[in-house]
Amino acid sequence: MMRYWYETFAIADVELRKLIRDPTELFSRAIQPVLWLAVFGQVLSHVRGIDTGKAGYLAFMTPGILAQSVLFSAIFYGIAVIWERDLGIVHKLLVSPASRWSLVCGKAVAADFRGLVQATVIYAVAFIMRVPIRWEPLPIAGVLLAVALGSGIFSTFSLIIACIVKTRERFMGIGQVLTMPLFFASNAIYPLSIMPPWLRTVATFNPLTYLVDALRGLMVHDEQSVYGLGYDCTILVSVFVVLLAIAVRIYPKLVQ
Amino acid sequence: MTSNDFAIDIHGLTIKFGDLTAVDHLESQVPYGVIFGLLGANGAGKSSTIKMLTTLLRPTSGSATVAGFDIVAAPHEVRRRIGYVPQMLSADGSLTGYENLLLSARLYAVPRVDRRPRIEQALNFMGLRDSADRLVKTYSGGMVRRLELAQSMLHKPTVLFLDEPTIGLDPVARHEVWKHLNDMNREFGMTILLTTHDMEEADHLCADVAILHAGKLAIHGTPAQLKAKVGELATLDDVFAQFSGAADDAGRLKDTADARRVARRLG
Repeated sequence: MMRYWYETFAIADVELRKLIRDPTELFSRAIQPVLWLAVFGQVLSHVRGIDTGKAGYLAFMTPGILAQSVLFSAIFYGIAVIWERDLGIVHKLLVSPASRWSLVCGKAVAADFRGLVQATVIYAVAFIMRVPIRWEPLPIAGVLLAVALGSGIFSTFSLIIACIVKTRERFMGIGQVLTMPLFFASNAIYPLSIMPPWLRTVATFNPLTYLVDALRGLMVHDEQSVYGLGYDCTILVSVFVVLLAIAVRIYPKLVQ
Repeated sequence: MTSNDFAIDIHGLTIKFGDLTAVDHLESQVPYGVIFGLLGANGAGKSSTIKMLTTLLRPTSGSATVAGFDIVAAPHEVRRRIGYVPQMLSADGSLTGYENLLLSARLYAVPRVDRRPRIEQALNFMGLRDSADRLVKTYSGGMVRRLELAQSMLHKPTVLFLDEPTIGLDPVARHEVWKHLNDMNREFGMTILLTTHDMEEADHLCADVAILHAGKLAIHGTPAQLKAKVGELATLDDVFAQFSGAADDAGRLKDTADARRVARRLG
């Protein structure tokens, strides 16, 4: 068991060294959620067109935008994996005696780090915009855990897509097609209660919905989780485990 | 003979992709401690063979052992005993040379106390000590290849697989890689299997060569034996042309050999 963790750490460590050496991607990925909160959020909170309870629209959408930025920064992870395949790096990893679980989990852990940076940026923007954030240690720890779980889910999902489509061009097409439906068919920027029934049904099969719901229950005052934190966590952990199991089986096919 | 008598022992190895049979009932044995060249035209089945032997591809039928372990029944044991250098320059350019080596040492479970000495030894062996802390994207092609050789030797593999190790390198870098491969073979007794299109490379490095044609073994022997089979003044290029399917009529080969003989007489 220790061996698995050690190998996972080795893979994640490499990714972190690269990110720290060249953090451009982290900064560029932070621009979009800042715009959503500072522009879209502010305008919509003045319109008061969506009934989101007493905390206000900005407080309602802040956890949604955090979940969105977790999704967007993790979903294109597969392109890097295809790039590594083209360079022969994946071949070398798969010929090593390291466990396939570790190789896949290492990538997910590295994606977690990206997600946690996004969370820090959004906490800072929310503080500046006077969103009623819960600053107690326990809710913050819960948010960071949920973000790590969400990053793991979407990066592993992205890895699976990469193993299926196998080329960067196809991946770009699929990635674009997937991200916006995942985002809009969730409760990120509007509550489940105002969705038409068909969309609400779709949203219940979308893991982003449960990530947003968990974050909403943990991150801001006067907002609550619809499903309950326990239910959200069960769904998210189950989805992650299933995706990991698929990724471990499919990852070697990337080089075949 | 048991599988333990050979570093690589291949029996009826076959892989099919749909209707295409990429490797067709391949039979071959590679003794321990030799440098073995797997030659063949593009699409002859070299890469598929190397992928099966390194456990990246599962054969459709047949069997093979590497370092005494079956590639299908005990892939993990095989992986622990082999090194692999793919055709692409695959060291990570965003990391330093040392960091690339550190990753390999961790993934191959080199014990923590041995890690630094082994990395230092590999860097010295490949003449890369002064460049260890530079990002690999600033290395020349030859340096990247030497770094990859350094990565592949950290865990002291029994068998090292190289897919076109000098492709794209300038002549100086190519000779450096040859020298290091010879040194690894001599000093550590490492069995090396390499694929190449470069007949000079095969002639210079390999004690044994096999030529594949359409997924089948066309011919196998020492470079001298193969050249003798084709003709008195034949080169390994001539052997390749005859057995790899690159030249179909013997007349053309004869013409080439005659022309070469005339040129030699004329000085």
